[in-house]
Amino acid sequence: MALSNAQRQKLLLVPIYIALTAAGVFTLVPFAWLVCAAFKTNADIFTSNFLPLGDGFLGVAWGQLTLVNFVRLFRELGIGVALTNSVFLSATSALLATFCCSLAGYALAKFRFAGRGLVMSLVLAALVVPGSLLMAPGYKLLYDLGLLNSFAGLILPGLTPAFGVFLFRQAMVNAVPATLIESARIDGAGEFRIFFTIVLPLVRPMIGAYLMITFLGTWNNFIGPQIVLQDPSSFPLSVAINQLRGLYGTDYGLIMSGTLISIAPVLALFLLLQKEFIAGLTSGAVKG
Amino acid sequence: MPVPAVNSASTTTVVVRRYRAEPVWVPWVFLAPFLLTFGVFLVWPLIQSVVLACQQTFGPKSTAWVGFANFSFLLHDPLFWKAVSNTAWFAAGSIFLQLPVSLGLALLLNRPGLRGRTVFRLVFFAPSLVGLVFVGLLFSLIFAPRTGLVNSVLHDFFPAFDPEFPWLQIYVMPALILAALWLYAGFNMVYFLAALQGVPEELMEAAALDGAGPWHRFRHIVLPEILPVATFVVLMSLLGSLQLFELPYILLTGAGPDNRGLTIVMYLYDNGFVTGDLGYASAVGWVLALLMGSFALGQRWFNKRQEES
Repeated sequence: MALSNAQRQKLLLVPIYIALTAAGVFTLVPFAWLVCAAFKTNADIFTSNFLPLGDGFLGVAWGQLTLVNFVRLFRELGIGVALTNSVFLSATSALLATFCCSLAGYALAKFRFAGRGLVMSLVLAALVVPGSLLMAPGYKLLYDLGLLNSFAGLILPGLTPAFGVFLFRQAMVNAVPATLIESARIDGAGEFRIFFTIVLPLVRPMIGAYLMITFLGTWNNFIGPQIVLQDPSSFPLSVAINQLRGLYGTDYGLIMSGTLISIAPVLALFLLLQKEFIAGLTSGAVKG
Repeated sequence: MPVPAVNSASTTTVVVRRYRAEPVWVPWVFLAPFLLTFGVFLVWPLIQSVVLACQQTFGPKSTAWVGFANFSFLLHDPLFWKAVSNTAWFAAGSIFLQLPVSLGLALLLNRPGLRGRTVFRLVFFAPSLVGLVFVGLLFSLIFAPRTGLVNSVLHDFFPAFDPEFPWLQIYVMPALILAALWLYAGFNMVYFLAALQGVPEELMEAAALDGAGPWHRFRHIVLPEILPVATFVVLMSLLGSLQLFELPYILLTGAGPDNRGLTIVMYLYDNGFVTGDLGYASAVGWVLALLMGSFALGQRWFNKRQEES
């Protein structure tokens, strides 16, 4: 029996689906395990891998699942404060950095002025300075400025990352036509009005991607708040959860639900914005 | 902010010129946040780090001038070389295990006629949203004795397997590399996939008609096309590996048994922020920066040579 060419092509896809599914399972199992453990008591964590076995639907003891870990985290251990700190820090950093980077990127992309080349090379120079080189002197600087143990000490250094300036410059060079800006000027629009009503809407995908990149970067930042913040009531989730582990290391259910609280919001955010996010991530690298 | 009145004369020519010109101050106002933070939080600390690297400090307050003693101590500290060697092993794991997996996934996903590409890409990418701290925490639980996923699954399938087996005491580097594989494979895949989608389809079809097999097409058409992105991803992995800190620090709650999880940045952190010697930490920072710079130059040199040949 001879197979047609199309059938052969389809058959060749089968091993590919199998390989991809296997890799997908490997990727998702840690998430599934985490979610299951977060809703179990410690006794059930010891006796079952994923869901506790029992007589319920699909052979699972659904009644044994519990919210006790979350209740303890929020009622006794004040994880709500850390969650609020994380949201505040990430949202503020993301909004400020996106605003400042898009402003600077616009200036470099669409204005001709003496010194533009110089500023552009400053941006490129800043890109190659490794963060770990700035850790020790940066700490001393924050100490000298009296910004240690404050949110400002975390937000201000990341106000205008060179990476963001570069990304917005690249996006605006092509996406914003000079004639549009000129005609707006002739119509008498102010420079900030042009920026907000004409330039920003043209780079909306970039704005979405960059908001997401900075939000995520701040949310997941550990070493920054670990060094800068001293007061436990100001800790974001990354530092707070690590402290919690130090204190309640063997209380697996507690640590699991804390970890779940820390990663669920960013995963949800990503699901909403994934297209723009991936496009933004690769735009800098592939287009050069 | 209103546009400042440059000229109050009311002839039409003046009005047209006034609105057409790009006001000189505008770009500088727009650049002000960047220039300010650049000066204060980059240039100044950078200058400071040169000074600090020649000092011994105890916290930010008390300092003593030691010249190049920090560097000579560093180069003779076996602990530093331990950190360098750990970091090198991790980098090797990233490049020789993680990147081939990423490229493989991208090649599979790029197969014409494949359905569900978006879903697969989404799934593979998801771990890279999880911060290093949380990945470290998650995998410390996955590798935990008795309750950990690895041990309980192995024990279920092979009852002879000891459920108390302490992975993180014995296989430190493999555990780190595996956690990093889970975290970054999908992230790098996105770059490879974007590059693969830029390979001209006609070229592939023409080669197939000429009888070129899959390996031949990969080696002579795909690889040269994606090489710039591939070297970029290799460089990013190298630089990322060199800056490794949170993952082992959390996964092993410190440097691990016998310092087998100590990395260069962890060494810097311990000296600067646990011991409190910001001067010594700055010296470590400069050595690290030199290492990273030489890798970046190496990649540029390689790309240039490829373009010329």
